[in-house]
Amino acid sequence: MTEPNGFAVVGKPLPRVDSVAKVTGRSVYADDMLPARTLHCKILRSPHPHARILAVDTSAARRMPGVLAVITGADLPIKFGILPVTQDERALEHEKVRYVGDPIAAVAATEEEIAAAACDAIAVEYEVLEPVMSIESALAEPKDERIQDYGGPNNIHKLVALEFGDVDGGFARAEHVREDVFFFQGNTHLPMEQHSALATYVDGKLTLWSSTQVVHYVHRALAKVLEMPMSRIRVIGAAHGGGFGGKTDPFAHEIIVSKLAIGTGRPVKCTLTREEVFYAHRGRHPVLMWVRTGVSGEGKILAMHFRTALDGGAYGSYGVASTFYTGALQTVTYDIPAYRFEGCRVFTNKPPCGPKRGHGTPQPRFALELHLDKIAHELGLQGVELKQRNFIRPMTRTVNWLRVTSCGLEECTERVMTASGYMKRERRAGHGMGFAISSYLSGAGTAIYWNDMPHSEVQIKVDRGGVTAYCGAMDIGQGSDSVLATIVAEELGLQPADIRLVTADTDTTPIDLGSYSSRVTFMAGNAALEAARKMRALLVEAVAAKTSKDPETIRVGDGRMGEVSFEEASVLAEARFGTLTTAGSYTPPKLAGPYKGSGVGPSPAYSYSACVVDLDADARSGLVKVNKVWIAHDVGRAINPLLVEGQVEGSVYMGLGEALMEEQAFRKGLHKWPSMLEYKSPTFVDMPEVQTFLVETVDPEGPYGAKEAGQGPLLPVPPAVCAAVHDALGIWIDEVPATPEKVVEALRRKAKGEPPRYGPSRFPTIPFPDPIKAEPPAHGQL
Amino acid sequence: MKGEMARDVERLVLALDVNGERTELLLPVHKTLLEVLREDMRLTGTKHGCELGECGTCTVLVDGAPQLSCLVLPVQIEGRRVTTIEGMANGSVLHPLQQAFVELGAAQCGYCTPGILLAARSLLDGRPRPTREEIGEALAGNLCRCTGYAKILDAVELAAERMA
Repeated sequence: MTEPNGFAVVGKPLPRVDSVAKVTGRSVYADDMLPARTLHCKILRSPHPHARILAVDTSAARRMPGVLAVITGADLPIKFGILPVTQDERALEHEKVRYVGDPIAAVAATEEEIAAAACDAIAVEYEVLEPVMSIESALAEPKDERIQDYGGPNNIHKLVALEFGDVDGGFARAEHVREDVFFFQGNTHLPMEQHSALATYVDGKLTLWSSTQVVHYVHRALAKVLEMPMSRIRVIGAAHGGGFGGKTDPFAHEIIVSKLAIGTGRPVKCTLTREEVFYAHRGRHPVLMWVRTGVSGEGKILAMHFRTALDGGAYGSYGVASTFYTGALQTVTYDIPAYRFEGCRVFTNKPPCGPKRGHGTPQPRFALELHLDKIAHELGLQGVELKQRNFIRPMTRTVNWLRVTSCGLEECTERVMTASGYMKRERRAGHGMGFAISSYLSGAGTAIYWNDMPHSEVQIKVDRGGVTAYCGAMDIGQGSDSVLATIVAEELGLQPADIRLVTADTDTTPIDLGSYSSRVTFMAGNAALEAARKMRALLVEAVAAKTSKDPETIRVGDGRMGEVSFEEASVLAEARFGTLTTAGSYTPPKLAGPYKGSGVGPSPAYSYSACVVDLDADARSGLVKVNKVWIAHDVGRAINPLLVEGQVEGSVYMGLGEALMEEQAFRKGLHKWPSMLEYKSPTFVDMPEVQTFLVETVDPEGPYGAKEAGQGPLLPVPPAVCAAVHDALGIWIDEVPATPEKVVEALRRKAKGEPPRYGPSRFPTIPFPDPIKAEPPAHGQL
Repeated sequence: MKGEMARDVERLVLALDVNGERTELLLPVHKTLLEVLREDMRLTGTKHGCELGECGTCTVLVDGAPQLSCLVLPVQIEGRRVTTIEGMANGSVLHPLQQAFVELGAAQCGYCTPGILLAARSLLDGRPRPTREEIGEALAGNLCRCTGYAKILDAVELAAERMA
């Protein structure tokens, strides 16, 4: 049946296609696999944050009964890394360790306990070096030696400086100029499932099952480090127990079990302990930020200068991209006619940071939203009024060349403002409300490694009424399998449950670049749409020929094609055309601007969110209790509103955790709390009610108009929380997490007549190069 | 086979009653119920998140009460009834809680789902119509990173309504 929206299954809140497997414990996650003769792998990791490795003696470990193989860095010397420009990791390090948890040696044994005991028996001689544990110390001359041998000066990894439009002129014309400094503490993904991988080596072919978000990037890294052709390696994404960006890099343990499986001829499995997951990390970068904005008397932004300093941890990971992202998306929510961005990432002796939900953009969003709130207060405006005056319009090119098409900022704002009653909020002691907006990519417009190939491909096979869709996309819990099934079902007049899926298997599925940057619905969805429409055309043509009808008149739906059933149609089409297969692919349009560094930021479409947080803050204890969150999200079109709501609610949850309690912090080179008990995350009783509004702007290029939902709604939450704390207590918490200690300290300063805030006082001196100056796009150019 | 049984660990023959089926196993005494369920009985529906009793993921029912299987030794529960997620549905018919989780999208990655379903079942068995606050309290020891908990609460409420 076609619904009022014109679709049969798109837009319906249908259950996930894999939901029964999930509620009955039958989804097979990587650690659930245990083929006969599986060996267990344990990894010896560095106890020092920074040290040279002088000697590794594995002889005692090798002699232990039950130990079948011990490998060290000498066995895996080739470096790898997610970005082509930062191939700086080794699966096992034999020269130098750079954080507590850096892998040094690995054991395969018949039992996990034997493998662990053998790791304990490996003797490593270190020359301990002075660790670098902060942005400030990374900028200074190292006491012993630099962490990495590239980048610089000192422990600087990357410096970026870009300028668009007449920034100095904009500031000169501004009637009001303000500067602020903010800090966003690092935090980690904390997926419920620990990373796990299992490898087998049979007939000269390596197969790896892994808890990864991107089978393709693991495939590439294995080929490089193991010096094997990609054709001899198969990577399969096992059922996935949560990623949030944390399983988007290729990891040491994936390479190690592969090497051990090749060496021993037996299946080898490695599942990280919870403590090791904290060291694998690749989580949210701690970012120190400075922002200066000039506005007109009416609050129109005339110029903005944004500086960021990212604490990257010990390796590159996605860090170069993360650095650009801290400066990229400010312009897709506000019309900024002149913009200068300077970013710096440093190496420190901590687990490497990388992409976490929102990748490099929640930190500057936090700073930007609060900074604009402060400007508004000085101008006697509400934050929301000033922001609305500067909202970007649909169908515009930003000053840094980002193409904005559909944009539901106005409607999102109106929805949360009306529902929350923000403008008429009650004034009582300790009660406050805060408002913030955000935007995020629907997939990065450029691939991690330069190539001209599609970003996603889908093949469809129809055989005796059975439909199978093949796609490399990895369902990490967000429901990408359900989105693929829904799109194919919609086009073929079936139900999602009718569609068989083969996904995330480099041997049997065509490429998809994986579940990161909120790209799957948009890109794999468009590929599926193309493949399904081609298949539909074949089926319709066969039915029309058989029944002597005009193909235009053949109605597709409810399991039928015109006068025949779908199954009969598939038989007619197979008789007419032979094997029924079709393919579709998606390549994003070339959107990058004409300047170096323009590859980070472009996306075929941007999602938009607006959020209001209502809370009570206790002036005595500093405790903040969030009462309710209203969030509106412009998803373009909700292909499955149940799944989209789940993404939005999960994003709000994670944003609240980052705003109020989550932090990956270190003391004397050690992680302060690498356990789920001490690393605080919100529980059932911490979560407030969340009211979600889905705004459908029907994007011109998204599949059925769909855009992303999994990351953007996190972004406005931390600034909305801190804006609400200000509304409640008259203090600015310019640093997340906004813990009770910080609230109490800010109140103490306020009582003493000092500036009523808690946050960093200054931004360090950084040797930024002269900015690359890029001409803004011509007015009216899209 | 090289060294397979080389380590000198004390082992016990134990009879476990899991999902109504009695199984005799020869087990090292220190092996946790979680490990025995997953590795020796291949009931891998029970998951692990920390193996330290912090996350609730490995929750199973022992005589109907939620227990963290990573902190239980099989010797402690011999003769008692263990229920895992594999024992929750009635054949192919889902338990009302499972059905509600399916319909309302309460499982995303699904990794915490078995533990939460069992904890919720224990709650509803003892308290058929709990308030939303009581559901939250009962499940507060189970972490979930995907859902923001809202759809889980909705699903437990729906199941309670249908079971009443």
